[in-house]
Amino acid sequence: MSPQLFQIICFYAFGIVAVISALMVISMRNSVHAVLSLVLTFFSVACLWLLAQAEFLGIALVVVYVGAVMVLFLFVVMMLDINHERLREGFIKYLPVGIVVAAVMLVELLALIGVKAMHANTMGPDPAAAQGLSNTAWLGQAMYTQFLLPFEIAALILTVGVIAAVVLTLRHRTGTKQQNPGDQVRVEATRRVRIVKMEAERRQQESQS
Amino acid sequence: MNFNDILTLLPELYLVAAVCVLLLLDVFLKPEQRNITHWLAIAITAVALWLVIDGQPAQSVTAFHGMFVRDHVAEILKVFALLSTLLVFIMARPYLRDRNLHVGEFYSLTIFATIGIMILVSAGSLITVYTGLELLTLSSYALVALNRDSRLSSEAAIKYFVLGALSSGMLLYGMSMVYGAAGTLDLAQLHLLAGGVDMTNLMMFGLIFMIVGISFKLGVAPFHMWLPDVYQGAPTPMVSFIGSASKLAAFGMAFRLLESGLGQLHDQWQVILSVLAVLSLAIGNLVALVQTNIKRLLAYSTISHMGYLLLGLAAGTQQGFSASMFYVIAYALMSTAAFGVILVMARAGFECEEIDDLKGLARRSPWFAFLMLLTMVSLAGVPPMFGFFAKLMVFKAAIDAGLLWLAIVGAVFAIIGLYYYLRVVKVMYFDKPVEGVELKPQTDKPLRWALSINALALLALGLYWGPLLAWCQRAFAG
Repeated sequence: MSPQLFQIICFYAFGIVAVISALMVISMRNSVHAVLSLVLTFFSVACLWLLAQAEFLGIALVVVYVGAVMVLFLFVVMMLDINHERLREGFIKYLPVGIVVAAVMLVELLALIGVKAMHANTMGPDPAAAQGLSNTAWLGQAMYTQFLLPFEIAALILTVGVIAAVVLTLRHRTGTKQQNPGDQVRVEATRRVRIVKMEAERRQQESQS
Repeated sequence: MNFNDILTLLPELYLVAAVCVLLLLDVFLKPEQRNITHWLAIAITAVALWLVIDGQPAQSVTAFHGMFVRDHVAEILKVFALLSTLLVFIMARPYLRDRNLHVGEFYSLTIFATIGIMILVSAGSLITVYTGLELLTLSSYALVALNRDSRLSSEAAIKYFVLGALSSGMLLYGMSMVYGAAGTLDLAQLHLLAGGVDMTNLMMFGLIFMIVGISFKLGVAPFHMWLPDVYQGAPTPMVSFIGSASKLAAFGMAFRLLESGLGQLHDQWQVILSVLAVLSLAIGNLVALVQTNIKRLLAYSTISHMGYLLLGLAAGTQQGFSASMFYVIAYALMSTAAFGVILVMARAGFECEEIDDLKGLARRSPWFAFLMLLTMVSLAGVPPMFGFFAKLMVFKAAIDAGLLWLAIVGAVFAIIGLYYYLRVVKVMYFDKPVEGVELKPQTDKPLRWALSINALALLALGLYWGPLLAWCQRAFAG
């Protein structure tokens, strides 16, 4: 098989896996299965990006979304009903789906290594390599020169997100017992410990005799 | 990036810095000192308005590699967006104070939304359009949800958020298609390339998705489902902001994407916009006839007004765009006035939401009944009000562009629409006041003054509309 053909087959295979698993995310009844499908979707999309020589984006997607966000999500979904007996049952129950997802991921990974090993190049020339830069450096340069304005606006959007989250969830309840770190730090020894001076007392027996 | 780039963005950069100061200052203020935040927010917005007017460039200037365009279209939209924000700030205080919603975040989130509007109307690239839009809509979602103890308000916020996210997704999908076909994100380059790309189908696909996104933001039928619920559920000052400043932004977005970007595909988008215009005229005007809640009535009225706005956009000529811009400015001012009357009549425990709540208003407080009369008559498009000339201009533009049938449909629905606006007037002037409902307007002086000036401006601009129209026409002439 020629490298080009293999790459195109990989492209369609990754695309099909991504679409099918995305459909499974919204059609699965079991929320753990849905989360696992979402992991697979992200992973397949990351593989597509790697095929298109966008290494940084692909790795960022895996590290940030698959590695951190989705696994955290999975924990939240599984822990919603905290019952240790059922949790152990759940582990066995979800194992087959987990194994399937992991197996598909492994196959995708091997296919990617295959494409790299064959030096296939159907996606057009790599603009980063043409300038003698790595993909990450090229992306960083574009982001901080040509796309500086949208990048800064994105920072504003994040600020709005923080403000909105605080204003919508922060409640000042009265009458709840809580610690006040400021008061705790400011406390003086004299307010906690009272040193009392008193005469030494004799033993009871001696005083009696 | 150089110094000129920063100078071009001066009003926006100033607002970002000022809103951060406002946010930090508010943290250190006690709840009873909230008036400081209120007046500071008004001062910040007023200075931004001055910066926009003062720094107006003689011709179009771009900054940050063409990402940001500062031209006359953007200037006019920014001036009126800031003006409506100012009006909302002045009018909002009594309402928010009565409901324990008078928090500093109301001001900072609204200013963030205004920054989003200013970026959106100045966008020179698809990415800037999207980021500006997200800044605006994310702040709006939070503003709608601000009254978190109200079930209606939370429901409205969830609906707005889910549908808004969906439409942003559609818009982004369309943008990626257009990028795939043309190979550029820059709107000016897109304008040159759009006619000659090989993949016309992909381009059309992207165009349609982008129109869906725009229609949602404008609130055009059949993408209007969120409007009545959000208008009814959200606190009134936020609705006033969404109904005025956001509509200016939506017009700016439509102009940037359709004309600055895909102007060469005008023949294709004219058909789509005409259909959308007829649908929103029909749905807006007919459903408004049976509404009993005045905020829902104004929501359906918005849908119909966006239909009129589309008449000018569909024409696609210089005259059409200037007429549309004139219309959206008129609509923004009418919307702040209409919600201003609701704000002045509402008090703690009484929303003044039902049309029947206004029964006999003319006898209880004749001045506010008169202001509501001016607003309703202007919304209906009766001469010599501002709203009449705005309608006249879009009809004229549509007829001149060969869309006579569209103008006729518009005129027929304008007459149907007259009924529900005049019903409000009838309830105020000819019905007896309901026993037990006490109509006592707010005594807050700035609110009363701002509302009076706003409503009287509708009459004044109706009598003396020449300069504003000339300003709008000059923006599109160069």
